[in-house]
Amino acid sequence: MSAELAYAGAAELARRVRAREVSAVELTDAFLARIDAHDGALGAYLAVDHEGARNRALIVDAMIAAGQDPGPLAGVPVGVKDVIVTEGLVTTAASRILDGWVPPYDATAVARLRAAGAIVLGKLNCDEFAMGSSNERSGYRPCQNPWDLGRVPGGSSGGSAAAVAAGLAAATLGTDTGGSIRQPAAFCGVVGLKPTYGRVSRWGAIAFASSLDQIGPLAGSVEDCALLLEVIAGADPRDATSIDQPAPSLRPALTAGVAGLKVGLPREYFEGALDPEVAAAVRAAGDALVTAGAELREVTLPHTRFALPAYYVVAPAEAASNLARYDGVRFGHRGGGRELAEMYATTRAEGFGPEVKRRIMIGTYALRAGHYEAYYRKAQQVRALIKRDFDQAFEEVDVLLTPTTPTAAFARGEKAAPLDMYLADVFTLACNLAGIPGLAVPVGATASGLPIGAQLLGRALDEVTLVRAGAELERAFGTRRPPAYEGAA
Amino acid sequence: MSDLATLLESWEPVIGLEVHVQLACESKAFSPSATSFGAPPNSLTDPTVLGLPGALPTFNAHALELALRLGVATGAKIRARCRFARKHYFYPDLPKGYQISQYDEPLCEEGGIELWLGGVRKKVRLQRIHLEEDAGKNLHHGTASLVDLNRAGVPLCEVVTLPDLHSAEEAAEYMRALHRLVRWLGVGEGDMEKGQLRCDANVSVRRRGEDRLGVRTELKNINSFRFVHRAIEHEIARQVRILEDGGQVERETRLWDADAGVSQPMRSKEEIADYRYFPDPDLPPLAVDGPTMRKVITTMPELPVPRLERFMREYGLPFDDAALLTDDRERADYLDEAVRAAGDGALARPIASFMLTELLRVLDGQPIAKAPVAPAALAELIALVAGEVISGKIAKDVFAKMCASGEGAQHIVDRDDLRQISDEATLRGLCEELLAAHPRQVEQYRAGKDSLLGFFVGQLMKATGGKANPALSTKLLEQLLAAT
Amino acid sequence: MVLTREEVAEIAQLARLALRDDELDALRGELAVILEHVEVLGQADTIGVEPMTHAVPTALRLRADQVEPSLPVAVALADAPAARDGCFEVPAIIKAAT
Repeated sequence: MSAELAYAGAAELARRVRAREVSAVELTDAFLARIDAHDGALGAYLAVDHEGARNRALIVDAMIAAGQDPGPLAGVPVGVKDVIVTEGLVTTAASRILDGWVPPYDATAVARLRAAGAIVLGKLNCDEFAMGSSNERSGYRPCQNPWDLGRVPGGSSGGSAAAVAAGLAAATLGTDTGGSIRQPAAFCGVVGLKPTYGRVSRWGAIAFASSLDQIGPLAGSVEDCALLLEVIAGADPRDATSIDQPAPSLRPALTAGVAGLKVGLPREYFEGALDPEVAAAVRAAGDALVTAGAELREVTLPHTRFALPAYYVVAPAEAASNLARYDGVRFGHRGGGRELAEMYATTRAEGFGPEVKRRIMIGTYALRAGHYEAYYRKAQQVRALIKRDFDQAFEEVDVLLTPTTPTAAFARGEKAAPLDMYLADVFTLACNLAGIPGLAVPVGATASGLPIGAQLLGRALDEVTLVRAGAELERAFGTRRPPAYEGAA
Repeated sequence: MSDLATLLESWEPVIGLEVHVQLACESKAFSPSATSFGAPPNSLTDPTVLGLPGALPTFNAHALELALRLGVATGAKIRARCRFARKHYFYPDLPKGYQISQYDEPLCEEGGIELWLGGVRKKVRLQRIHLEEDAGKNLHHGTASLVDLNRAGVPLCEVVTLPDLHSAEEAAEYMRALHRLVRWLGVGEGDMEKGQLRCDANVSVRRRGEDRLGVRTELKNINSFRFVHRAIEHEIARQVRILEDGGQVERETRLWDADAGVSQPMRSKEEIADYRYFPDPDLPPLAVDGPTMRKVITTMPELPVPRLERFMREYGLPFDDAALLTDDRERADYLDEAVRAAGDGALARPIASFMLTELLRVLDGQPIAKAPVAPAALAELIALVAGEVISGKIAKDVFAKMCASGEGAQHIVDRDDLRQISDEATLRGLCEELLAAHPRQVEQYRAGKDSLLGFFVGQLMKATGGKANPALSTKLLEQLLAAT
Repeated sequence: MVLTREEVAEIAQLARLALRDDELDALRGELAVILEHVEVLGQADTIGVEPMTHAVPTALRLRADQVEPSLPVAVALADAPAARDGCFEVPAIIKAAT
């Protein structure tokens, strides 16, 4: 297949399928062929559903032949991060503890994708239980960065970002708990949208930190992210934390321009350990917005330095709790032991990888009687302060522009110490703590050719403004593709 | 245990109860699978009940309403916004590794449950009522355990008392009062055998006059009314004996073994119990809104204890009768309805005693809803007795016919000519005939054998098919026998 | 922030993680570093600040008490590491000595 099709994007592919310019089966086969050709070295997928995808595509084609509209994602081949459950398709959260688990139900987001005509190609690699920033913590195999196989694709949704960048899916779903959509999107040069907390149902999203987790799209363009979010968003009776609002209409904002838009540059995000090339690229992004009619001003988010510590209490605490269900009783891996307590301890010791264990340990510590007040409760109070910072900033400006990551993609094995790895998320965490939406958009590259991503942060439920500003940056900086995947499969 | 009774003159038991009440919901607390009893193992599950990856909880509105009924009925303070918390421990019957419960922000706090104890009214103060989900069931099976998750997620509320109870009898009476209240309000079925009401007891003893509480033990697995009394009494005796011997009670959890009639310490968990409570991030705070509260308040029935007291006050019933008639709400409703139909408060007492004797006998343990005679029909019958239209004895026969045919009392009396003979002249004539027919007995009576009056009354009844007015007949017979 | 080895072992026990001695030692160091980093939270002035337990303030939506079909038993048990008689099977739970 021509790389042209692989990179045409979800909206365009759906248009062609609906216009019968290409069939869903042809598209699906083409993407499956590309996966078969490239993914061995890349490692974006943990499971590829050749048969299921083709069957689904046949149905879409049959609907079109019958004059029915399969939906806005008609025949669009997508990939789904492996922490999102898919009925009948093995789902492991990239953890050995869920080895071979076949869920009996679909996540709401997946069900909505399918209902819109999308074809699920397979399950995408990630850090185990979404805990990581490099995809090196996958329980199965690492995923590489399509721009440089010696570098990480970011994480935790590394496979979701790499698959889009390498043209192995037209668009993908990821999850974002502390930057897990935006950081890999930035590392791989694609667009990633973390919606407002509660915008997308978490039903079927394997929980990492329930108060922070959010499913969102990664794609080659702002338009495709907007399209996917329109499909998957909206209240769900099965998720008590989903917001009681219909899915937003986002695509009209693509062409709205940024004239009169007030864009804030938070001072704290340009201090400290920020790579000069990244800083320059983000400042250039600001300039581009000004050129297009936006107004730029510096704002302050004074509690920013507390975001990382607050996150590293809240997220592990919730994770320790959420991961208590992996006990070898009802599903997944079971370790040895003639006696129950022993079985539990071996199951969990064998099934969880080191990073997951580390977080379970931190979280268990933080929730212990006598620690709760000083850790979890304190961190939740700090969260309120961080949210207040954003509220105040959004009284002055409509959207914030920041770097997504302190550096471009780092090399494999570079961040060995846990805390160094955690610092890779320093610019993305606060967004999750505050529950606001964030969009990562490519804004050029380093001298060595690695993508750089800018981050746009908006008011709660104001994804529209992110799409507006994101589309403007896209117009200014264009899209780039990793050269290794430009050829035919 | 007379030995214990003596010892209890110097030792005071202090007991608090934690009772789990299964709420009468069709579906589970946090997911929509059914709550039926006796289904095949693991046939009532869904992704949430199984704790599958990615599954989330949603809360059952009816469970809230039922718990609110109990809260309002006990006069508890209802939190406008309460919160669910996760309580962590690992056990195979607990699928998520945590139970969704409530911790520092429960639905209800304070309030109390009233009960009558030895003729004295007492209020057992509550600490809290909170919502939670049930766990599944482990069946021990040799070297393995089998896990059935049908019960997992069933909605419960836990009713926790302050340490206000001071004897096994009081604890048992509290359980009966709570059971009555739960059923009275329709909050739950309260069947202990089915595990719909489960009791844990915190028991300690202290020297009488001492303010400080003694070391307490927690007694678990008390799953029938009979065992509430036995298990607690056993524990009190055990503690008193230890203390009398100069020993110390150990703070521990003990499991009541009903078969052996003793409690055993639970294996001291090989680790420190630390439930690591924190607010459940999957469930936003639970707000109790105005309409829900209004509905609960406006549909609140008159409660058992006030009703018992009203029955004593208004209907003049003795305590025991009033207690029996307020043992369940349908009984009490039946009485009130019958009295209302009779239109005469003076009939309340005879209606009540007829219910307690004849009606309950006919029901033979079935609930009053199965009564073959409606309250108004019973009132009609009792009115006939009160109006001396029929005798009490005839009334029983009429009642039997009412039960059999569903016909009204007046109708039966008229049709079968069961009216009492109350005409003095007629009765006098009958009495004279009777005396004439029994000269020997008349002679004996007059010679001082007064007890023969009963014989004459009986004969008269026999002769009239029981229709002779008993009071008038007795009077006339006495007069006639005294004459000459 | 100093964590004793016993403390780390106790947390592992609570979390049901069988850890080797070398893992315990490594975690002891790593946890100490992370907890030390987290100590900075103490500098935030949170007096009177309500903890933010939910990102978007909402009240809990309630579900009507309506039954939906359960999973078939075979599906519920499909991925069980061990099952018997329609139940999940687990190794013996050691009970109180009698």
